[in-house]
Order: sequence, then structure tokens, then C-alpha cells
Amino acid sequence: MDPIVILAAGVGIGTILLFAAIGEIFAERSGVLNLGVEGMMLMGAVAGFSTVVSTGNPWLGVIVAMLAGGALSLLHAIVTIHFHAPQVVSGLSLTLLGTGLARVLGEGLSKAGATSLLPTLSIPVLESIPVIGPIFFHEQSILVYVGYLLVPAAWYWINRTRPGLHLRAVGENPAAADTLGVSVYGIRYAYVLVGGLLAGLAGATITLAIQPGWFGDLTTNGRGWIAVGLVIFAQWSPFRAAVGALLFGAIGRSIYDIQIPDTLLGQPNPFKEVHSLTFFLDMLPYAMVILVVVIGSREAVRKRIGAPAALGIPYVRGERGR
Amino acid sequence: MSTAPAPRRIAISLPFSVRLERRLEPPRWAPLTPVIAIVVALLLSAVILAFVGGDPVASYLHILKAAFGSVGVVSDTLVKATPLILTGLACALAFRMGLWNIGAEGQLLLGAWGASAVVLVPLVPEGTPSFIVLPAMMLAGFACGAAWGFIPGYLRAKLGVNEIIVSLMLTYIAASWVQYWVFGPWSEGGFQMSRQFPTEAWLPQLSDFAEAVPALAGLTLHGGFIIALVAAGVVWFILRRSRWGYVIRLIGDSPQAARYAGVNISRNIILVFVVSGGLAGLAGMSEVAGVVHRIQDRFSPGYGFTAIIIAYLARFHPLGVVVASILFAALILAGREIQPSGVPAMIQGIVLFALISSDVFIDHRVRVERTG
Repeated sequence: MDPIVILAAGVGIGTILLFAAIGEIFAERSGVLNLGVEGMMLMGAVAGFSTVVSTGNPWLGVIVAMLAGGALSLLHAIVTIHFHAPQVVSGLSLTLLGTGLARVLGEGLSKAGATSLLPTLSIPVLESIPVIGPIFFHEQSILVYVGYLLVPAAWYWINRTRPGLHLRAVGENPAAADTLGVSVYGIRYAYVLVGGLLAGLAGATITLAIQPGWFGDLTTNGRGWIAVGLVIFAQWSPFRAAVGALLFGAIGRSIYDIQIPDTLLGQPNPFKEVHSLTFFLDMLPYAMVILVVVIGSREAVRKRIGAPAALGIPYVRGERGR
Repeated sequence: MSTAPAPRRIAISLPFSVRLERRLEPPRWAPLTPVIAIVVALLLSAVILAFVGGDPVASYLHILKAAFGSVGVVSDTLVKATPLILTGLACALAFRMGLWNIGAEGQLLLGAWGASAVVLVPLVPEGTPSFIVLPAMMLAGFACGAAWGFIPGYLRAKLGVNEIIVSLMLTYIAASWVQYWVFGPWSEGGFQMSRQFPTEAWLPQLSDFAEAVPALAGLTLHGGFIIALVAAGVVWFILRRSRWGYVIRLIGDSPQAARYAGVNISRNIILVFVVSGGLAGLAGMSEVAGVVHRIQDRFSPGYGFTAIIIAYLARFHPLGVVVASILFAALILAGREIQPSGVPAMIQGIVLFALISSDVFIDHRVRVERTG
């Protein structure tokens, strides 16, 4: 129950949520809500894992995982952007389709034992900073460091670059962006795809780095949905998403760790192994998401910021939004 | 909707161009789209099955035989359809008002828990006759499902919180809650199930009447199916024939118009969520009292999620829900014997995609023209 060990492991688990949440932030910033994160993530997880099982190359696995997530997201893009289908329903179908397809493709994979995983590494100087070093920079998977770079990069891209300006314009006022010659459909396709690629990467982060192996739909176990909730909590900001991901990662990890010791604060541990109280611990992350979404919504209402104005509304040139 | 919008172009650099023109009226074949969607989905799934090395023709023949091949399996199919009808109605009612209650699964679980509590706590003394126990279980099931539906409804109505996330998260919480009880206080001999309910708490089955009509022997169809059909009638009446249903449809079609007309939208959001949760709760009651006769871990293979597709396939029409439920019941029933096990879920996802994609052809006419 060393808090530094828990936090360090939490960073790993949080990275899974981080990739998925930042991908979803990109998609939603362009005005497309994609509730298929869970499905894309599971597809990424199975595609990456099976690639590594058959080729032994984890890097190839990461690429295939991202492509699998991206391919699914394009389905959502076509249906919602060109066909103007309701985004909520399309996203739900994507989750169902992705989950089903992943289970079909993953048949027999659970028996595949040890595979080669992505390397872990420590950062020489940063590692020796007290507290922060052992939590963030010691023996973490290489994908964790990718996550560290992604957060500021995503923020800079969205808020400080010209393409980012176009992205925000399309999400806030597609008609105005269209008048200025910005391709609304093109941008939406691009960022839904980015969302899919990152969700696939999140899946690969599970099976190839943080919690290796294939366990059917328990591999993601609702993490895609937690990522969707995190986006609301983060109010569409990559930095807040990082904070949320770390928080959830740490909680997720402490739930496992608290079940190990015999005593807790001098008392017999009530959560020891399969004690029935552990089921209440399992509820914790999901209850936290609800709490976080409630807080996020209240704050968004109070500050009148947050959700992109055109989120969830199909864009049809020459027509008013539905 | 403006009357003559400019045709939209899909930019493809080919010797012809594809245009979508908005239709002024829906085509005559519009009501057939659910059927077309299912056919397309089955074809697509067959391709995927063949691709992963399965035999699609054999699989589909197997589904048909396993679901409708004899009186016995038809009865089994209707048993499977029962929770789907009730949860499908729950979704259809909420969706019709534009409320995304995707937590019917959790409401079902909690309804099952409430109904079980009547027998296992017990809330009624041992040996109470059926005509008191069963209604008490229905009431408890409805109430617990409704309470679970109230939470996302209230948060959405009062605080503007996204009901999709909340209802879904509550599903995971409900699953852990049921696990706590079946692994802990209600566990029978350490197994992940409660003791069997006394027979007074069993919904009557067709096979109960086998002494009078020998042909009914072995048929498992139970009273829950009647509850489901009655519920379908009630929801149809609410939506189509009652003042409240008119308000629900008005809010669903145009929340703004409803607001101008002085409709109290928050109150209706909460009410619809409560009734929707209650219906899903009844599905849970019907499962524990009609099928498993106890509460156990993972007794629902995700009826509440399939219900989302069923409601959509039925275009939110209560009687359509009954038909779609029977179809999907067949798929689930037969799917258990098909390998790989993810096939039914995959087909469900494809059906839903085919369905929402087909809507574009209802609203638009496709024109292919030569260019240059």
C-alpha cells in the first residue's frame, strides 16, 4: 500500500483513459459525438493483441490497433456526417458492433499466453526527482511517455494553430466556417478518424502494455464509457482530461491494492480478497464518473463554457440545424 | 425544413457524380426499411462469418431451426422475447421523447433484485399465496427499476446532466449491487446464486397445465409473456391515445414547441424515466419469477442493451417492439450454440447501422449523373 507505487501504476492505467479521452475531445470539438469509444477500444485491443500473437512485433500491433479503431470510426463518420444519422444511435451501434466483432475475432486468443510487450523505460535525470520521479518517470511503458507528449501537443494544436482554429470553428459554428471556405465535412471526417485512431491506441495500451492479455469484453470493462464521461468532466480540455485520467487510474489501481493486506489501519481488512464488501469498491469508479459528470455539467452551466455549440448536430449546407 | 434546398454534392473525381436530393415525401417503401435493414445486416454478417472461417448458411439454418423448429423451441423463443419486449418498451417510451435511457439493463437488474427481496428478505411471510406474492413482486420490481430510472431522469431534468452516461454507469453499479447480494447475504452455500424461491413465487408456466392438456408438457412459456403483452398494449395506449402520450410525442418532435405550449418539460423527463425504468424492472421480475426462480450472477445476457436496437428497429412503436423482440430472441437463443460467441452482438450492431443508414434513402433520392 505504498502510495507512490499505487500512483505510478495509476499513471499506467490512466494512460489508457487519456488516449481515449483526448481522441474523443478531438471528435467532439469538431461537433461529432462518438459514443462508440468502448467498441473502438476493444477492437484496437483485440487487433493489436492478435497481431502480436501472430507476428511477435508489438510496434506492428500498435499500428494495426490504431488502424482498427480508425476503420470503425470511419463507419460512424460516414453515417453521421454524410447520412445525417443521429450520432447517439450510430455511436451505440458502433459500441455493439465493435464489441461483437472483437469477440468474434478474439475467439481463442485468451489462451495465447505471454507475448512480447512494448518496452518500459526510465528517464535518467527526471527519474531522481523525489516523489514525482518514481511516480511518473520510473519504469513506465513507452506509451505512457507518448501520453505525456500528447497532452500539451493536443492543447497546442487545438488552441494555438490554424488547423485547430478551423477545428473549433467547425464545432462551434459550422455554417460560419463553411462561408469562410473551411471544409466542414472534411474536418469532421479527419477528427472522427483521429478519435478512432486514439481509441485504438488506448486498446493497444491495455493489451500490449498495461494489462496484457485478452479477456473478452472484460478487457476494456467499460473504460471507453469512463473516457466519454471524462471528456465532460474535462470540459473538452486536454489538460483537465489528463488530471481526470490520472485520478481514475489511481482509484482503479487502489481498488486492487486495498484487497491485499491483512490489516488496514490496525483493523482486520474488510476488503480482503473476495469479501462481499469488495463489490462496493467495484462500484466506485462508476459512481465517480456520475459525480464528475454532475460537477462538470454544473460548472459548464455556471461558466457558460464547455460543450462545442454544434456538438451532436448534423451539418447540412443551406439548412438550419435540427 | 425548407422546401427546395440545393442538392448536395459528394465530391468524388470520377466520370460521374453522385448526388443526394432531398425528397419532398417519403417513398412508399419507407415502412419496409427495418426488413431491408435486417436482410442487409444478415448478408453483411454472412460475409464476415465466411471471412473468419465460419459457414454462414449452416449458421443461419441453425438459427432458424433452433428458434422456430418445433413447438418447444417456439415456446423457448417467446420466453427469451419476454424480457426483450419489456426492456424494449422501456427504451421505446424514453426514446420517443428524445431521452436516451441506455441503462435499461441496470434497471432490469435492480427490478430483479427488488422482486427477489420480497421472497428472500422476506417481505411477505413464508407460505403467502401466489395471488399476493406475485403482485407484490411485480410492484417491488417496478418500483426498484423506477427508482433506478429516476436518478438519470432527475439529474437530466434538474441539472442538465447527460442521461446517457449516468444511466449507463448506473448499470455497472447495479451489476455490482446484485453481485454483492448473490455472493454475500443471499448466497446459498457459497454459490453465486440465492436459494430457490418457494413455488408460490413462480409465475405460472404452460407446463403447469399439462395434466389438463398433455400437449403443454415441457413448455416453459410463463406468465411474464402475458405481462409483457399487456405492457405493450398499455404503452401503445399511453403513446397513441392519451393526453400524456401526446405531450411525450410533442416534446420528442420539438422540445421548443412544447416549451412554448407551456409543457413542463423537466417533470415529463422525470416521469418518463420513472415509467421507463419501471418497465425494465418488470422485465427483471419476470426473469427471476418466471425463468430462473432465484436470483443469480449474470442471469441477463444483456437484454437491456439489445432493447436499444429493438426499440429503434420498431421505430418506437410498441407493437413493433413485440415483433422485433421475437426476432432478436431467436437470434440470441440460437446464438448461444453458434461459435464464435460474439456473432449475435455483431449482427445486432450491423442491423442498427443498416437501419440508420437506410434513413438517408428515405429522406433523399440518389442521382448518378455523367459529368463533363
